Amino acid sequence: MTAPAVATDTHPVVMRARDITKVYGGTHALRGVDFAIRAGCVTALFGENGAGKSTLMKILAGVETPTTGTLELFGEAAVFASPVEAVDRGVAIIHQELNLCPNLSVTDNLFMGRELIRGGLFVNEGAQKLIVADVLARLEEKIDPNALVSELRLGQQQVVEIARAISFEARVLIMDEPTSALSAAEVEVLFRVIRELTATGVAIVYISHHLEEALLIADDVVVLRDGALVAVAPADEVDIAWVVANMVGRNPDDLYPEMGAPVGEALLEVRGLSVADPANPGRMAVADLDLTVRAGEIVCLYGLMGAGRTELLETLAGRLPVQKGSVHVDGRDVTAASIADRIELGMALVPEDRQRDGLVQTMSVGDNLSLASIRSFLSGPFVSGRREQVAVKRTIVDVTVKTLGPGAAIGSLSGGNQQKVVIGKVLLTAPRVLLLDEPTRGIDVGAKADIFTLMAEQARSGRAVLFATSELGEALNAADRVLVMHRGRVVRELDPRTTTKEDLMAASDDAASPPETTNDVSDDANGALA
Amino acid sequence: MNRSAQQPAQRPAWSLRVGDVLLELRAFIALAVIIVIFAALSDNYLNPSNLITMSRHVAINAILALGMLLVILTGGIDLSVGSIVGLSGIVAGVLLQGWEITSFNVILFPQVWAVIVISLVVGTVVGAFNGILITRFKVAPFIATLGMLYVARGTALLISNGATFPRLGGSPELGNTGFSFLGTGRIGGIPVSIWLMVLFAIVIWVLIRKMPFGRWLYATGGNARAAELSGVPVKKVTTRVYMVSGLCAAMVGLIIASELTSAAPQTGETFELNAIAAVVIGGASLAGGRGTVRGALVGAFVIGFLSDGLVMVGVSTFWQIVIKGAVIVLAVMLDQGQQSLKRSQAAAVAAASVRHSEPPASTPAPPTAPVAV
Ligand SMILES: Nc1ncnc2c1ncn2[C@@H]1O[C@H](COP(=O)(O)OP(=O)(O)OP(=O)(O)O)[C@@H](O)[C@H]1O
Ligand SMILES: [Mg+2]
Repeated sequence: MTAPAVATDTHPVVMRARDITKVYGGTHALRGVDFAIRAGCVTALFGENGAGKSTLMKILAGVETPTTGTLELFGEAAVFASPVEAVDRGVAIIHQELNLCPNLSVTDNLFMGRELIRGGLFVNEGAQKLIVADVLARLEEKIDPNALVSELRLGQQQVVEIARAISFEARVLIMDEPTSALSAAEVEVLFRVIRELTATGVAIVYISHHLEEALLIADDVVVLRDGALVAVAPADEVDIAWVVANMVGRNPDDLYPEMGAPVGEALLEVRGLSVADPANPGRMAVADLDLTVRAGEIVCLYGLMGAGRTELLETLAGRLPVQKGSVHVDGRDVTAASIADRIELGMALVPEDRQRDGLVQTMSVGDNLSLASIRSFLSGPFVSGRREQVAVKRTIVDVTVKTLGPGAAIGSLSGGNQQKVVIGKVLLTAPRVLLLDEPTRGIDVGAKADIFTLMAEQARSGRAVLFATSELGEALNAADRVLVMHRGRVVRELDPRTTTKEDLMAASDDAASPPETTNDVSDDANGALA
Repeated sequence: MNRSAQQPAQRPAWSLRVGDVLLELRAFIALAVIIVIFAALSDNYLNPSNLITMSRHVAINAILALGMLLVILTGGIDLSVGSIVGLSGIVAGVLLQGWEITSFNVILFPQVWAVIVISLVVGTVVGAFNGILITRFKVAPFIATLGMLYVARGTALLISNGATFPRLGGSPELGNTGFSFLGTGRIGGIPVSIWLMVLFAIVIWVLIRKMPFGRWLYATGGNARAAELSGVPVKKVTTRVYMVSGLCAAMVGLIIASELTSAAPQTGETFELNAIAAVVIGGASLAGGRGTVRGALVGAFVIGFLSDGLVMVGVSTFWQIVIKGAVIVLAVMLDQGQQSLKRSQAAAVAAASVRHSEPPASTPAPPTAPVAV
């Protein structure tokens, strides 16, 4: 293994893990990993879904105890009995999955378990507010510290999670996929904050499946594969191809599949759709929107956070009520149909937030997979266990879920594999119109390619695919058409073959630029449909 | 797909089931301990006739617990079952003694089967009210069923004017005899109430293990939002479980009224707590999504065999109550210990093997082909 490029005397090792092994039941999540983090450096940790990244970080942060192996912090042996102890010793973590209490305010969440006390008894709310306002200002996020976390959108919740970790003022800060729900602008702010932190000597571990993004901020690069450490290198000596090759252990296939399946009749038709914002009923989240997706087509909804993509998709799936307008699937009016009816008619959604909307944590992998399609396994009034098992096992292979089997608990899967279970569940309903909201959240490069291939296969077999993304690369390479959304409307339609990243960014910025003088839904969309 | 799933060697299905069984193990252990202790203390404890008597007592709590199990699986709670027990007994009492319809100046004496059906319907309707309050009017289950606890009990007192209906045997002239069969009859030497427990257990097991309803139930309790987005009719499922719970409670009301051949409006007070205890001892989670029919049944046996055993060995009533409470908590604690013990054992075994297993090849492929990202 290569020696780190930056001299270790200016950047001494602050934390070291030696020969770490972690076993869950029969799974070897980590096999003898040696890992070092240096002060003032960002160590990027890469690996496929289930490679053991989160497990290693949980061990560093005292959330899990290693089966064998030792930790060293500032040159001394360290054994953490709990995450609280780790924080006390200066090690904080931002978990991959959100760890917030939705029923509490932003401030309460930030100080959960370590409230500032005044007079020995009372929570010092004034002092807490000041600190929260300060941290949020640093992250350039306009969030009301008194707002309940449940009222925030996913990206904002992630910012709150980051704010909490930063407010610990730790010497070692672990970030496990901190940007999976952040917009490009929010990521830039986070990177600025990361640089400020490393300038003061904080050691940062950064995990992300956005390889390009992670390589930008990284000083050192570490790659895990199947629980073993396979490569270490200085960031400026490696490129994405090197990272990918080490992650998957062979040369990777192309990320994006062939586009351009033959286009057939319109499968999804949306006319004049208006939807009230569930968080703020006075506002329209989707305003007078028209949309058509044809058989064989993959259409991308691109837009900034809050553009109304999630609300549009949730309305199409039947979760949010239609205020005005109509939705037709394959010529049939489903405007008032229930979620179950829509699934029956062939329209199903892979939701944005897999923990909240996608998975039932108390059920097994297999039961989660078959949940939405359970009616199709009926023989008489009973579920045919055999047919269900066959379909479930086939899906596990199709969407490449890494699991012990259909009986395994959902919680035993790595984040990316949980996402694949949600996608598998929707595919089992045999949808004609496939809706996906940020389908690659938390998914590794290989699995991303798999999902795009899956989408392309679905399109080729005559289905309509509509997906939302905030990533330029995905919008331009994985879709036949790109619709730019802004404030609940489609303001541009672009052909990805003739559009550059710059064009697309400009298009969504243009849309955002007119002054927001009014919330009136009847103001004209400034960009006509191309 | 251009990659194949990296599946570790398939474990046999049974090894995954071990987890399920462990969840109920605490109840089995508790039951075994109770039987051993009381068999040692009392010679008669294990003789067949006593076992049958105890099982009759168990049947009452078990039928309630089966209904309660469904409710708890959705993450709800049903506090009204005790009152429904009382109400259904009173309804049966009124009908058997003659239902006076003053405006027509007639007294109706329905057939016994009609009495049973009407009482069961009453219980189901009360459950439906619970369900509607919870799903349509968004009242928390605890509050909705607490309200119903009072309303149903009050209604039973109103109907009976606070009095007990005695002599529910019916009379041959009116053709309404035979009600006592439910509580005192035997089929093949086994009391009818035990057969009813078995019947309810089988039906509910089939319902939750073999039919889509069961999946919907577990999904609703585990994550209602995700269930809804998967097309699960969450509201319908929730309403239905309270209806089933009401039906179970009404059945118990009938069994008790038939056993005593009389119906008192106070019957069934605090029964809901025994039912909840049985379900929880059986491994169910009050947060919803976890629990089994087998567990609930064993839980009911634990409570029933314990109570009767304490009576047989002559423990004072007050101590009986204290011990019952302690056993409920102990049984649940036992499970926590069991689970963490099993987990650490499994990890230790696997860790011992880790040294011998080959780590994956650590030479990465040379990066030649550039990737489009
Ligand atoms: N609590 C658990 N019980 C059983 N197995 C587990 C548990 N947690 C993790 N694993 C297993 O350990 C392995 C590593 O998981 P881990 O979450 O560390 O992966 P990861 O690299 O973070 O993946 P991702 O990119 O998808 O987040 C996986 O095979 C996973 O199934
Ligand atoms: Mg992870």
